[in-house]
Amino acid sequence: MTAAPARITAKKRLGDRLFSGGALTAGALILVVLAGVAIFLVAQSIPAFLVDPSDIKGEPDSFWAYVGPLVFGTVWAAALALLIAVPIALGISLFISHYAPRRLAQGLGYTIDLLAAVPSVVYGLWGAGVLAPAIQPFYVWLTENLGWFPLFTPPVSGTGRTILTVAIVLAVMILPIITALCREVFLQTPKLHEEAALALGATRWEMIKMAVLPFGRPGIISAVMLGLGRALGETMAVAMVLSPALIITFVVTSSQNPTTIPANIALNYPEAHGIDVNVLIATGLILFVITFAVNSVARWAVSRRKEFSGAN
Amino acid sequence: MTTLDTAPRTVANTYTAGKLPKWTSWVILAGSLVITLGIAVLVGMPEGEFNWILGLIAGVILFVFANWLLALLVEGGRQAKNRLVTSLVTGAFVLALIPLIWLTVTVLTNGFPTFTNGTFLTQSMRNVVGPGGGALHAIVGTLIITGFAALMSIPVGLMTAIYLVEYGNGKIARAITFFVDVMTGIPSIVAGLATYALFALVFGEGVRSGFAGSVALSILMIPVVVRSSEEIIRLVPNELREASYALGVPKWRTIVKVVLPTSIAGITTGIMLSISRVIGETAPLLIVAGFTASMNYNPFSERMMSLPVFVYTQYTQPGTDAQAYIDRAWAGALTLILIVALLNAIARIVSHFFSPKLGR
Repeated sequence: MTAAPARITAKKRLGDRLFSGGALTAGALILVVLAGVAIFLVAQSIPAFLVDPSDIKGEPDSFWAYVGPLVFGTVWAAALALLIAVPIALGISLFISHYAPRRLAQGLGYTIDLLAAVPSVVYGLWGAGVLAPAIQPFYVWLTENLGWFPLFTPPVSGTGRTILTVAIVLAVMILPIITALCREVFLQTPKLHEEAALALGATRWEMIKMAVLPFGRPGIISAVMLGLGRALGETMAVAMVLSPALIITFVVTSSQNPTTIPANIALNYPEAHGIDVNVLIATGLILFVITFAVNSVARWAVSRRKEFSGAN
Repeated sequence: MTTLDTAPRTVANTYTAGKLPKWTSWVILAGSLVITLGIAVLVGMPEGEFNWILGLIAGVILFVFANWLLALLVEGGRQAKNRLVTSLVTGAFVLALIPLIWLTVTVLTNGFPTFTNGTFLTQSMRNVVGPGGGALHAIVGTLIITGFAALMSIPVGLMTAIYLVEYGNGKIARAITFFVDVMTGIPSIVAGLATYALFALVFGEGVRSGFAGSVALSILMIPVVVRSSEEIIRLVPNELREASYALGVPKWRTIVKVVLPTSIAGITTGIMLSISRVIGETAPLLIVAGFTASMNYNPFSERMMSLPVFVYTQYTQPGTDAQAYIDRAWAGALTLILIVALLNAIARIVSHFFSPKLGR
């Protein structure tokens, strides 16, 4: 019987130990930071949940009565933005991946990515100073001719700084992220599927409907969710464009608009002190929970897709 | 007796039979635009001005409809639908270009006069009421805050990326990947609030400092650095690592001497882009760095102005001479866009010239 040969292991050098230790520390630090974000938010929010509501600015009936309209406004603005952005983003991604001439496609992709490079405060400036006055006559027309429709009930806003303008600006801001992801997914469609569809006599649109869209559906869903997360958390564009009020309404063209959580924080934070700071941080915590949930679902959809991407 | 049919037979080309020629769409587009713009001019004649935007929109709608109808009559329903979708998809792209061009032009025209007035880039807003003054304090503040944020984020982000690619496997690596992805989606204002909560615990209520702004920005920047570096480091071919190991080089020296130099161009590009992403962040700085009209070179005490917050405060808190403040806001926006464009350009140049040359 021979003894099992001794396993040869690499010599543990000091440099190796330092380096792998450093790399692990950096990775762990990220987990710590994320946990820290959650813990500090919770710690600073607790007073807001316990305080007598009459001490909160505006004296609502309860903390939840204060948060309710804000949550509604956040979700409503983001939903409107998605409604505008998703069809356009899908169109752009299809245009770049399947319609534009091959030579131009990459350049056109960069052009759309430029939209993502513009800082949000510049979008806010543009939305409030240029877009709102330019689009106000259109709102007048909407309320005069479609006033019977619940979304466009008069009176119309005189400045154009309504939630619909906000939604348009938000839509422009989330276009690049949805487009970039959808484009990648569409480009991954197995060539054989596309060629099979075309060989059977499908038109380009039928090929897309039969091969590209079914293949990309999970990718589209996660892209939309990521766009939603971005729209929910966007601050400056909303804060600068919207003329806010603490109400719940579905009307998109009036001067009384539900505001969003981040915009409300940005507008009130610089002057807040004492318990109002805690209340604002508590609303921030709620926003964090909402976006965390949305992003987790989106990432989960992406990672689930990875296992199935061998559709070819 | 049969006679040969000598008359020339015209056989239709089976590939083009029953189809519209390729130039049809362009002709219809031109025709529709001429018609609607003509109508717009005629209608607007009495008032002396014509609504060209409405004319353009109507022209495009007319084109889409006419193109569809003609294809339906000549080529059939399926082709008509195909044409309709082609017009819509192309239209979506053109539609997205409108805000981009509109925004660029307005920022340039509104910001340029103030940007070049001599004081904008050389003075702060201290004791300035009305016109004059500048954004020097904001530019310096932005550079300091973003510089510190980069100083903190780049090592952490890069080391995490190295861990994920070179060392990590199993639960911790998967957890880090997942949470980095989730961290990418943290709203910027939440990052600001969390940083404020941390600093308030340590330094007491109402704390404001440039360094706190850097911390908030690095929460936003780290995940971007990790993602981009990780993707690039993964691209380094395994043969290079194995060649190095075969020569007896320890792992850490392999990473430092082989993996990183191979991927340095891509990493630099990713870092540049991540900087250009956080340099425009407003909300967290508004909360933790505050705003001021004076110069402040010390990131560890007192409020520090930054360019995005400068734009925001100039626009939302105009003084007696509102126009001067709004002009400065536009000039600030122009400065910001120029900085971001510069960073992007550097990133592209770096990746173009320094990426490893493939194929000897």
